[in-house]
Amino acid sequence: MKQLLGYRRENGKVGIRNHVIILPVDDISNAACEAVANHIQGTMALPHAYGRLQYGKDLELHFRTMIGTGSNPNVAAVIVIGIEPNWTNIIAEGIAKTGKPVAAFSIEGTGDLEVVRQASWKAKEFVQWASELQREPIELSELTVSIKCGESDTTTGLGSCPTVAQAVDRLVDAGATVFFGETSELTGGEHLIADRCATPELREKFMAIYDDYISEIKSSGVDLLGSQPTQGNIAGGLSTIEEKALGNIEKTGTKQVIGVLEPAEMPGNGPGLYFMDTSSAAAECITLMAAGGAVLHFFPTGQGNIIGNPIEPVVKVTANPKTVASMNEHVDVDCSGLLSREINLTEAGDLLMDYLCRVVNGRLTAAEALGHKEFVMTKLYRSA
Amino acid sequence: MHKFLIHKQGDHVGVATSDIEAGETVIGVYMDDDSTIEAVAASSIPLGHKIAVSDIDKDGHVIEYGLPIGFAPDGFKFGDYVHTHNIKTLRW
Repeated sequence: MKQLLGYRRENGKVGIRNHVIILPVDDISNAACEAVANHIQGTMALPHAYGRLQYGKDLELHFRTMIGTGSNPNVAAVIVIGIEPNWTNIIAEGIAKTGKPVAAFSIEGTGDLEVVRQASWKAKEFVQWASELQREPIELSELTVSIKCGESDTTTGLGSCPTVAQAVDRLVDAGATVFFGETSELTGGEHLIADRCATPELREKFMAIYDDYISEIKSSGVDLLGSQPTQGNIAGGLSTIEEKALGNIEKTGTKQVIGVLEPAEMPGNGPGLYFMDTSSAAAECITLMAAGGAVLHFFPTGQGNIIGNPIEPVVKVTANPKTVASMNEHVDVDCSGLLSREINLTEAGDLLMDYLCRVVNGRLTAAEALGHKEFVMTKLYRSA
Repeated sequence: MHKFLIHKQGDHVGVATSDIEAGETVIGVYMDDDSTIEAVAASSIPLGHKIAVSDIDKDGHVIEYGLPIGFAPDGFKFGDYVHTHNIKTLRW
């Protein structure tokens, strides 16, 4: 394998991008963040819809996602802007534990314009500093990779998910860390994941999360027929949630599950394969996984989901020859040769691992080149 | 040249890897042992959609990946197009 080059951060974690982000604590601070990012080239605002009047577990998740996003090793430095100082400082101090440069600004009593002026000065300092950071040799074992598929069809289960599974098994063997999630989309194959949990405690934790999710759906008096599978899934030939789940689970490979994570939780059991409790909606899921520390995402798609993430490069893998032809600008790795049997799974895995090296070393993914920066916070319930 | 793939021996359905015409005789390959099967498509089946490689009785479970993916309320026949019109989830 080619020499991998990445950015080793102050806390020893390894990133593959070098972003300086302007992070709003809340919806009403988006404008100031976007103004700073407009002024200072090479910085990026991450606007989102929430952060006001949240409470309990929902607020904890908000903080965890914000702090995790800022702490991600693909991020060199962070400007945090919120309406008031308390929550702003909680987030800034959480990110500062990584040792990376962080500056916090609050708008009340000062106004947008003065905050934008001060934050722009700081952002300029940060981005010029970050621009001199150099890539250095890194090992595969230092990477955290996330996986989630979308706009799945039957070609996902036949081709793109087994291709990702090849990479997942090789990454885990090399000592890397991998996250999978999508709680609802395990339905029909949840026992397969439960059977791979490394300990009875983990199995119990995993099944509790899954069962909670199902009872939450049932208690609301509805079912997911019409949503799972999606209309796109059905157009692509998937008939039931079980069929979708079995294709989805293909991509998790064959390794033991060594940890079960809350949404946006950072892994604590060392390298290996982790389940993270997430929505199956692509933007929410990848935002949570990036907040958990994932630096590169493998995204198998059948019908052509176009998702990206602002800080975590998303690699699209498809085995559907029609999607390769009709949506080529979104496709990073074409493994449609699996359907025509012109290539085998080992060869498809080689293709993906080769592409991983290139993206780690700086090649922009299709989603990065096309400007896809979907940053979507998960909201657990209505705000106060 | 094959026109559909079947994940495992014992599965009741295969997946079209090319568009299949109604009445067409097509070859499928089992991915677990590379053996082949021939079927006559009862109707047209687009790429990615399923063809039956087994007769299924009314309310019978439908197996793909070696596991149940739902049931067939009215059953179906070898060569039939299998999708939401003749297979339902067991879960919701």
